[in-house]
Amino acid sequence: MRPEVIKEVTYVPYSGNMAAAEAMRQINPDVVAAYPITPQTELMQFFADFVANGLVDTEYIPVESEHSAMSACVGAAAAGARAMTATAGPGLAYMWEVLGIASGMRLPVVMTVVNRALSAPINIHGDQSDMMGARDQGWIMLFSENAEEQYDNLIQAIKIAEDERTRLPVMVGMDGFVVSHAIDRVRLLPDRAVEEFVGENKPMYSLLDVDNPVTHGAVAMTDSYMEFKRQQREAMLHAYKVIREVGEAFADVFGKKYEHIETYKTDDADYILIIIGSTAGTAKAVIDKVREKGVKVGLIKIRTFRPFPYYDVMDAIAASNCKAIGVFDRAETFGGAAGPLFGEVATAMFLRNKHYPMIDFIYGLGGRDTNVNHIEEAIDKVMKLAAGEEIPLVNYLNLRE
Amino acid sequence: MIKGWKDLPIGAVILEPGSSEKYHTGEWRAWRPVFEESKCVNCMICWVFCPDSCILVKEEKMVGIDYDHCKGCGICAHECPTGALEMKPEYLFREED
Repeated sequence: MRPEVIKEVTYVPYSGNMAAAEAMRQINPDVVAAYPITPQTELMQFFADFVANGLVDTEYIPVESEHSAMSACVGAAAAGARAMTATAGPGLAYMWEVLGIASGMRLPVVMTVVNRALSAPINIHGDQSDMMGARDQGWIMLFSENAEEQYDNLIQAIKIAEDERTRLPVMVGMDGFVVSHAIDRVRLLPDRAVEEFVGENKPMYSLLDVDNPVTHGAVAMTDSYMEFKRQQREAMLHAYKVIREVGEAFADVFGKKYEHIETYKTDDADYILIIIGSTAGTAKAVIDKVREKGVKVGLIKIRTFRPFPYYDVMDAIAASNCKAIGVFDRAETFGGAAGPLFGEVATAMFLRNKHYPMIDFIYGLGGRDTNVNHIEEAIDKVMKLAAGEEIPLVNYLNLRE
Repeated sequence: MIKGWKDLPIGAVILEPGSSEKYHTGEWRAWRPVFEESKCVNCMICWVFCPDSCILVKEEKMVGIDYDHCKGCGICAHECPTGALEMKPEYLFREED
């Protein structure tokens, strides 16, 4: 029996990496395979400590690349183990091929992605181009605003991934350095309570179940490949429900509610900002500040990016007095009209047959600072847009002209 | 008949052991090895070399070819020391199948 470290709800000063490692300790996965990459390295160091000190029962596989890390997780999950890993930026890009194998084989692997920019030029700092680049590989994608959300999201991710209706891998992103290395106030839950919440892993088809032999990873030609892809779409539709249910169950047990989106002061808002990740926290502070001057701004923070909560976003917008929207993208889509999040919100409008004036802000690429002044600047542009002024579709925050 | 997407097991797992026998890879064949018994000395070299285990053997004698699974690679005919196996174009046979 592994030792019980945290017996009651505890508040600690933790970085995102420490919080994610702590969640993994409490989840106690059967297999963790990982390769160190900045800014994820620290996370796996903390977890390797737990393994060395006997605080988890995990089989820890130090592999020679991220491609192997994900491959080992795929093998372990196919064998019926609860497999986890973590990576960042180029590491996620290197996993690309195996990401599709994990989702195609419907293996509930759970992974932290410490969001980092992609080369070239080489850059170790935070932006979300890594996960946006991997978004069509069939993984459920959650994003965290801060260390505590990363911790809470990882615990929920296990339940979401392993639900019989989904059986899909989940990646949970947190902004590199800003969340992963900054010390934050984090609420840790008791070990046993987490253990009980995530429950036992019940693999559907285990390679180790010798009485019921199965073949994993078989070939499917033109005659059936498309049918399996259609199944994956269905699983994502189910995931939408499962994520919500797990969020509600989490609220019941631990008292903090997680939904697909988080709305902040949108009810009476004239202007709405839509943001993913840590910058949503900065934006909340700015919103409080400008509201003192009578400017009614609200925020929609996207927690679930895949499956994208189109209707939740539109419900929140429709319930406000929205005159214009500013979308914040921490990734580029070269050759696209605007960033990836902008595209999703535009699709959401199409699905409701609605149109709101909307502009995009590209910000924070490669760790570029986005402070309160930049967000104020953005709000100013959204207000001008609402007033009928012509504003470019794509605007950069804190860019040297 | 292959099942629709709602009825296939998820993740493309195969739940039945030994099911590859049901997959008739012989459909892919463009050239077919034709066996002439009178030339065969039962040396079993074809049996050793066949990558798909398609040489049928009964009581230590080569008796024919499993055309359901033979992909027509021609290795048997190439290796046969007596010319008992000859590759012939598939269209000569398909209608008779």
